[in-house]
Amino acid sequence: MSGFEIRRKDDGCVSTLYIKGFLDAHTAPQLERSLQELVNEGRFRIVVNFSELSYISSAGLGVFMGFIETVRKNQGDIKLSNMPPKIYRVFDLLGFPLIYEIYEDERQAQEKFAGSGTSSVEDGR
Amino acid sequence: MEQENTYRLRIPSRTENLEIIREFVSKIARNAGFSEEDVGKIQLAVDEACTNVVKHAYDGDTQKPIDVAVRLDYDRLTIVVTDEGKGFDPKAVEISDIAEYLAELRVGGLGIYLIRSLMDEVEYSIQPGVRNQVRMVKYFGGSPERPPLSPRSRRAQK
Repeated sequence: MSGFEIRRKDDGCVSTLYIKGFLDAHTAPQLERSLQELVNEGRFRIVVNFSELSYISSAGLGVFMGFIETVRKNQGDIKLSNMPPKIYRVFDLLGFPLIYEIYEDERQAQEKFAGSGTSSVEDGR
Repeated sequence: MEQENTYRLRIPSRTENLEIIREFVSKIARNAGFSEEDVGKIQLAVDEACTNVVKHAYDGDTQKPIDVAVRLDYDRLTIVVTDEGKGFDPKAVEISDIAEYLAELRVGGLGIYLIRSLMDEVEYSIQPGVRNQVRMVKYFGGSPERPPLSPRSRRAQK
């Protein structure tokens, strides 16, 4: 059976989640838990690297929607990176690029945080 | 094979079964000659329809069934997802302006919006507690107006 895995890397004040496999209504709670942990720890500068994600449904997209408000209220953001074209198409269909910054490479996303001081980044696209 | 071109799957309404449903539908679509991009769209649309059943139709009862029927015709693939749950009003969850909707950071209804975006035709038939169906159609070549193609030329075209 294919599954879903999350790896986390903390670098200074930025945390990067590496998500792998299939993100659907069955596996979305795992991502929810990981994001909740970050929020509980007060880590609001989050990059999500999609390079190894094979599949996403609206249940997975909904998880990001569930956290973005809290994270931005705390001067943070959820920035997305390394999205395979197939995954990007789903984000695009739903208009998510209007809400989320999507970067080709995780380093760009991480550097964006580094350059943002303590203020939130709203228009880094 | 010629006389029976409908494939059926009856499966308990649980999120862990979404993968089996996606595999089932993808294999049929791929064998029928759809491009990988279209196979991806079809499996996502079916996932969304079945996720809605698991989340909303039976109030979390994981013993109840989801029926998935895939019918192959010369010009199209038709998928019907059926449940016997409480049903819903598709109009009530329709998103007219996705940008406006997202600006409010809402989530519910995205699945139904996706299904409409991914498939060529979508139709709901709701009879709460009796039979609720979503019927989704994908045409070979993307447009209903196109002349019919044989399976072999379909593949060659992709």
